[in-house]
Amino acid sequence: MSAVEHSQPSLLFRRVLLLPLLAFAGGLAYAVLSLPEQATGLSDQVAANMETSGVSNPVTAVLLNFRGYDTLLEMAVLLVALLGVWSLGSAVVHRRVDPEPVLSILVGGLVPMMIMMAGYLLWVGAAAPGGAFQAGSVLAASGILLLLSGRHLPVRLLGRPLRLVLVLGLGAFVAVGVALLSASGMFLQYPPGLAGAFILLIEAAATLSIGVTLTALFLGGRPDPDA
Amino acid sequence: METMTVLQWVLDGTLVLALLWLAWRALSSPDLFTAIVLFIAFGLMMALAWVRLQAPDVALAEAAIGAGLTGALLLAALARSNDLADRMNDDQTAGTEKK
Repeated sequence: MSAVEHSQPSLLFRRVLLLPLLAFAGGLAYAVLSLPEQATGLSDQVAANMETSGVSNPVTAVLLNFRGYDTLLEMAVLLVALLGVWSLGSAVVHRRVDPEPVLSILVGGLVPMMIMMAGYLLWVGAAAPGGAFQAGSVLAASGILLLLSGRHLPVRLLGRPLRLVLVLGLGAFVAVGVALLSASGMFLQYPPGLAGAFILLIEAAATLSIGVTLTALFLGGRPDPDA
Repeated sequence: METMTVLQWVLDGTLVLALLWLAWRALSSPDLFTAIVLFIAFGLMMALAWVRLQAPDVALAEAAIGAGLTGALLLAALARSNDLADRMNDDQTAGTEKK
């Protein structure tokens, strides 16, 4: 059926492969079973430092404050993934069909609500489950709905404006980090009184970037303004 | 109290079995579209499992990214690879017709 022929690995190869796989599964099972019953982990340390973190949700405190560097690198990974996709070629222009009225009306009603939902998730992340990645992915879902219903970005926004939004999250993160580095000598070491504001700033920028990056990943290629 | 624990065990057991079954079906399904739909269902079940493990943050991320966006990306990739296969088939038939 498919144009590309899939070559099946030989039976012997598959049998031989089974041994390391079983050994790996056994090792994993042993590792899980040998975990201590009551692991304290780092939750006590996190709880002790919550007051200086600027937020009241421990997960957000770890992601954006105590281990902010990891989240910075995650943003970079997301951007690099998109650059990889873009370097493979330009986006195939989808068949420009008029969307069915039901889809069109549904998207018209859903997208504003999803954008509001993303804003809520971003804001509530400081105190409850939520945050930039969740808000960004809801934003991306609304972007994908818009693409599916045939609403595309105006061509004049595809060039520099799109790229600016894509790097906004990482840019804000690095800018805050560098500013704090020059002010206090520590990368991403927020002053306790302003930590909440810095986290909200970074998360807002990150939400926009994540939303647009994931939508662009769905497009599956570099959008060409000339095409 | 007793009924609650039994109910929780039933719920957790069903979740674990459903997860294993969905994972196996997603991997073994010969039809890629079916596999993707099963993967999305797996992601939603996984989100429920995270809720049961009292990790609502991870559950949110799993539902939004794992089930929603990855599913959409996989479906888009499938549509594109089908397009590509169709085009290659067209090229091949066009080539043989010329001969």
